[in-house]
Amino acid sequence: MDGFLPYLLIIIPALAAAVSTGTSILYATLGELVMERAGVLNLGVEGMMMVGCLASFLGCYHTGSPWFGLLCGGVAAMGMSAIHGAVCLFFQGSQVVSGLALTLFGVGVANYLGTPYIQQKVVGFASFNVPVLSSIPVLGPIFFQHDAMVYLSFFIPPLLWFLFMRTRYGLALRSTGENPEAVRAAGISPSAVRWSALMLGGFLVGMGGAYLALASMRMWVDNLVSGRGWIAVALVIFAFWRPGRAVFGVYLFTGVTAYLFRVQALGVGIPSSFLNMLPYLMTLAVLFASSLKGRGSGAPADLGNNLKPGS
Amino acid sequence: MFKKTVFFLLGLMLMCNVAVAAEKEMKLGFVYVSPVGDAGWSYAHDLARQALAEQEGISAFYMESVPEGADSERVILNMARKGYDIIFTTSFGYMDPTIKVAKQFPKTTFLHCSGYKTADNVSNYFGRVYQPRYLTGMVAGKMTKSNQIGYVAAFPIPEVIRGINAFTLGVKAVNPDAQVRVVWTKTWYDPAMEKDAAISLLDIGVDVLAQHQDSPGPQEAAQDKGVYSIGYNTDMSKFAPNAHLVAAVWDWVPFYLDVVKQVREGTWKAGSFWPGLETGAVNISDFGAMVPQDVRDLVNARKQEIIDGKYVVFSGPVKDQNGQVRVEAGKVLSDQELLSMDWFVEGVIGSTK
Repeated sequence: MDGFLPYLLIIIPALAAAVSTGTSILYATLGELVMERAGVLNLGVEGMMMVGCLASFLGCYHTGSPWFGLLCGGVAAMGMSAIHGAVCLFFQGSQVVSGLALTLFGVGVANYLGTPYIQQKVVGFASFNVPVLSSIPVLGPIFFQHDAMVYLSFFIPPLLWFLFMRTRYGLALRSTGENPEAVRAAGISPSAVRWSALMLGGFLVGMGGAYLALASMRMWVDNLVSGRGWIAVALVIFAFWRPGRAVFGVYLFTGVTAYLFRVQALGVGIPSSFLNMLPYLMTLAVLFASSLKGRGSGAPADLGNNLKPGS
Repeated sequence: MFKKTVFFLLGLMLMCNVAVAAEKEMKLGFVYVSPVGDAGWSYAHDLARQALAEQEGISAFYMESVPEGADSERVILNMARKGYDIIFTTSFGYMDPTIKVAKQFPKTTFLHCSGYKTADNVSNYFGRVYQPRYLTGMVAGKMTKSNQIGYVAAFPIPEVIRGINAFTLGVKAVNPDAQVRVVWTKTWYDPAMEKDAAISLLDIGVDVLAQHQDSPGPQEAAQDKGVYSIGYNTDMSKFAPNAHLVAAVWDWVPFYLDVVKQVREGTWKAGSFWPGLETGAVNISDFGAMVPQDVRDLVNARKQEIIDGKYVVFSGPVKDQNGQVRVEAGKVLSDQELLSMDWFVEGVIGSTK
């Protein structure tokens, strides 16, 4: 294969792969983003995704309904989030330590409890083309030839934006991340707001885990999450805590990864070590460039701090 | 007087120890790089571990998902401290940690899989899995229609490169026009990513997928997209019943039993062990139903030739990617050359870097 044409032709399948492989990370990134906007740093995403992944698999495996499985995944990860809430919001424990413990616990317990189900398959979410939209050139194959969870994920970022920017609850949530004392002065319990953010964010993280079991693999094997939770935590920082940039960050990362796999498949003579480094390098470069603009990182001012007792 | 008593008592204890050692149960420790549920590399070792543990006088323990490097050293050290008799470390990256720990525990026997270093109490071992890989390549070469075969591979180290080369030689032996395209994932176990790497090959137009990772991700991709696949480590047909043609597989039981017996009898000596098809340590799985009888006969005949020593996989003439002759006609590659292989044979599309 000569010339540049093949390298252009693989862009469309690569972007389609970016969307499908990015969906799991996107849900998790948005979930972590919700929690961090309310001021709770949760490093347990990896473990929560694993638990959500297993719970969704079990839900689907025993009922045959992927939607019920998805619900189970979300609720299970919410339960993990509640542990984080109990440690940090109730007992004033360190958010960093609690999150790391949650990851160790989640990965371990999911692999352990999942052992009898290894190699078992589930129905899961099958791909289907969205009528009309899927036949649009270029955009159709990239966005509209996937499964239901991918289509669902398109609605979450605008909804979150609306929630943050256009509702009273969103204002309270953002304010809790910046200055919980002020929120309390306004007569709202910052603790209650953080609890609600942990539940909402936890559900989204669980959906990210569920995607891997129900849509990516439609099967249970160990360690399906394989570090995606950590990528999600990093992408929240990349996204400057904004849902729109999170979408961009996720698709940039998975898009470059997917494109470079296809470049390798075409047989270009560039060392693969260099190619596999590029997604990280590109993400860093974009982060660097946007930091230069000097608009600040947008980190919530009270991120990672516990509430003062009594709030 | 007191000193003498102490020495006497110490001597007595030592003798008791020796006397007990002959009777005592053999404690084996296994260190795995991936979860045993991976259905792949570690699972193959664990099948053997389970078989050994059922034997009289053997107990066998394992640690799974142990990262290569510093973490593995801690795990190996722990096993040695606990008095395990034989410690099997089953991933390339455990090599230096194994050698390091072995120095501190000269009485413990260590076996490191897939590396090249030895010491007085450390053997390295691996199997000539390139032989069954060659055979699976023949099947792939016969079954491809587009003459484009995809190979999803882990890391560009000699073990993986050798496998790709042997596979490609097998493909070329039955189908000189076919090409093997390689995509490196730089992972040993990430099912979803390895599946996407496989799909990237399908986007280019390959119609048979082979793999060298420990997850069934590429098998899943083949099953989903309706193309054929070649498994590795264990029979992976369960993941991809419509796709799975055949797999290159491991059976560590006979080799491990032999090691335990030798250590117990005190006849064990450190060395490099590299058993092939003739020992049963490596093999090919059953064929999928879609593989026609003439292909099966062809492959089985070649298998017998390899077992009988009538055919050697890397026998010349073998050219590299640039068309340069690397193995002259009538010559074969030495084990040393196989173990340090860093070039692709003609017919592979990809980079070894």
